Amino acid sequence: MTSGSIRTNRAGPHGDRIRPGHRRTTGIRRAVAASSALVLALAAGLAQAAPKPWQLNMERGVTTWSGEPYFLNNVALGVCVVIGLLVFGAMFIAMFRFRKSRGAVAEKWAHNTTVEIIWTAIPVVILVVLAWMSTGGLVSFANTTGSQMTVKVTGYQWKWRYDYVDYQGKAVSKVGYMSKLDALSDKTRQLDSGMDPYAVKTGDENTYLLDVDKPLVLPIHTKIRFVITSDDVIHSWWVPAFGWKMDAIPGLVNTAWTNINEAGTYRGQCAELCGQDHGFMPIVVKAVSQEDFAKWLAAQEQASAAPAAADGPATAQVAPPAPGGKG
Amino acid sequence: MAHEATHDLHDDHHEPQGFFQRWVMSTNHKDIGTLYLIFSLTMFFIGGSFAMVIRAELFKPGLQLVQPYFFNEMTTMHALVMIFGAIMPAFVGLGNWMIPLMIGAPDMALPRMNNLSFWILPFAFALLLSTLFLPGGGPAGGWTMYGGYIVQPPAGPPLSLQTGSLAYAVFAIHLMGISSIMGAINIIATILNMRAPGMDLLKMPVFVWSWLITAFLLIAVMPVLAGAVTMLLTDKYFGTSFFNPHGGGDPVLYQHVFWFFGHPEVYIMILPAFGIVSEVIPTFARKPIFGYRAMVYAIACIAFLSFIVWAHHMFAVGLPLGADIFFMYATMLIAVPTGVKVFNWVATMWGGSMTFETPMLFAIAFVILFTIGGFSGLMLALVPADFQYHDTYFVVAHFHYVLVTGAAFAIMAATYYWLPKWTGHMYNEFWGKVHFWCSVVFVNVLFFPQHFLGLAGMPRRIPDYNVAFADFNMMSSIGGFLFGASQLIFLGVIVHCAFFSKKKATDRVWEGARGLEWTLSSPPPHHSFTVPPVVRDEELAHGHADD
Repeated sequence: MTSGSIRTNRAGPHGDRIRPGHRRTTGIRRAVAASSALVLALAAGLAQAAPKPWQLNMERGVTTWSGEPYFLNNVALGVCVVIGLLVFGAMFIAMFRFRKSRGAVAEKWAHNTTVEIIWTAIPVVILVVLAWMSTGGLVSFANTTGSQMTVKVTGYQWKWRYDYVDYQGKAVSKVGYMSKLDALSDKTRQLDSGMDPYAVKTGDENTYLLDVDKPLVLPIHTKIRFVITSDDVIHSWWVPAFGWKMDAIPGLVNTAWTNINEAGTYRGQCAELCGQDHGFMPIVVKAVSQEDFAKWLAAQEQASAAPAAADGPATAQVAPPAPGGKG
Repeated sequence: MAHEATHDLHDDHHEPQGFFQRWVMSTNHKDIGTLYLIFSLTMFFIGGSFAMVIRAELFKPGLQLVQPYFFNEMTTMHALVMIFGAIMPAFVGLGNWMIPLMIGAPDMALPRMNNLSFWILPFAFALLLSTLFLPGGGPAGGWTMYGGYIVQPPAGPPLSLQTGSLAYAVFAIHLMGISSIMGAINIIATILNMRAPGMDLLKMPVFVWSWLITAFLLIAVMPVLAGAVTMLLTDKYFGTSFFNPHGGGDPVLYQHVFWFFGHPEVYIMILPAFGIVSEVIPTFARKPIFGYRAMVYAIACIAFLSFIVWAHHMFAVGLPLGADIFFMYATMLIAVPTGVKVFNWVATMWGGSMTFETPMLFAIAFVILFTIGGFSGLMLALVPADFQYHDTYFVVAHFHYVLVTGAAFAIMAATYYWLPKWTGHMYNEFWGKVHFWCSVVFVNVLFFPQHFLGLAGMPRRIPDYNVAFADFNMMSSIGGFLFGASQLIFLGVIVHCAFFSKKKATDRVWEGARGLEWTLSSPPPHHSFTVPPVVRDEELAHGHADD
């Protein structure tokens, strides 16, 4: 359906061409710099989804579904901009033409049924179109059937736990781990740490507060079902590149799904206030090819089967520990 | 009639009164209105100072000033103080002052209750603000106080810190609720029973209409909030499990109950603003309000819809598909009556003869900037897009556009509009305009970049962020400091007008002003309309009633 047109829409890596006017001039040079850096990263073949400086619009995302919110966002924004231009345009014309200082004399009319019917009806039509477009995306999001893999996500104050439940129809045995803020970010973020957030980097990318000790590893081109819950308070699991967030609620299990198109590292954060360190429980997803994922999963299962072996060396094969690991 | 009797009694009060007797024991709607407005302005600066702490901490990446827990206290208290302390009492104050004058009534229908409903508020806020000085700090779960956060097993120091403040916050909310309900009853009783002969319902000023509808919303939803927070309280202290999942309760139920209150609450804060703008624009356009009846029906329609859209605050909790769709459609419907109102304001200006005194400037800024907030509201209503926007700075930008450039700007417009009537003196137009231009520029520097932050993925309610968010946050903070400082000009203009201005205000004050309040002297006598006025249709703001 819409996904084809979305891809061609993808003029810029973060689509900032869509957003008109406001305050662009100040940021334009840095936006260009950031865009070109991103183009280079894409050319290197590894998608990296993390916020960019001066980013103006939502990202397109990397999954089969993530184009829905992006597309709707752009359409709705376009509709609002057009209506805004008309309404505010009329206001400014009125403010210019009908000034007392220009000798304007007030008219007496205060009612016009035809006009009122028109400007009630037109918004209704626009809303029906928008509603129709949103409903399609919503229905496809609600359909978690046909998943090839299940991952259980559990929120804790203030970290995430990932448990692999099944993959390609087979139950996964005892693969699960905690994922929390990387040590360098954690040290840097302390009040009066004297450390520079700009110095927290993974490669060339600044990952301050957006890196974890052990990322969630997922295969691409696989429909993955998430079952999401919490062990204490309400959290919300959000990776913007996937196009959705879902609350992790104690006592309830929510479901959602994704199907990632491109290998890469995708970063997100907890999106529901969950206590003092709500801002410090990021989410990192490392999407790898199905072959790499199968190997990684086998190694993980093996490691957890061997009683004495800690999961440390096993994870290191695919998910190297965050830089500056020792805190 | 009873009025005659009280009239004589009141005349006795013209004897010199002590300060205490005049202000603390007053049953006069004008004095109580003034008290409400002063209280609201005080809370506006207290809540604003919390916002300054928030913006200072967010000025650049890294924690420089406050601990995360204190940051959460600031976001929570900022919201509670601004909503319940600044905006709502300001509207009640305006209603107290203006409704009797606009409908030709001698006072509010229930003057003693009026006194009580005001004097509860300082105690409620003393209780709430005192939590900041408790050993464990104030409430830090956000103004929504989601059950899942507060109701949790005592496990470790940060959680037990919550213990004391919840009870204070809940009792404070109970008191605010009682105050609001009494205020609402009073306004309904006044409007329905005390209109001057000839002031039919469909001849009332739009401001009075907006307050009548708002008062019904208040009575409908404040008890719901009281119930929700009481259940939180018993979950916390008496071992019940309404929302506590460890006892089989449902944290999502709390959200449903809270937002059943919460969404009408949002309109409680905007409908009177619609009313104010519908008074100000016709005055300075020198042309009756366009589509008076449509304006009234639109307010009623918005009020009705506010009861069936609450779950749009909860699209990320995992609602069933059918609920998502219902609440999305219902929410989108709100755009229709709201659009009608905006179009009608523009049509009121069209063909008018406009001048741009400070109240008009604020009213025009309201129409434009509130509409921008409405646009982002429409975007938020689209559920798949909301999956991305939800709980990000996009939402923060959205509701500050509707509450600051919406509600607060309307209150400022009303203040400049009626201040000469209240004090009998003109405010300084130059400094009023300086206040306006500083406010309108800086408020956009403050909140517009927050749209971009949200779209780029910055969650709300976080004290620190990745460096990618640094530039827009710094811009936003600079706008915030300057917007905050600009409000000192507002204070200065008000104080100057009330105590130092030499320029006498005429009775009508504004050339195009219509309505009963302008037929009184400026300032109006302590007891006005002791004899009901004669209502002449051509004197009303919206022209003839059949429009």
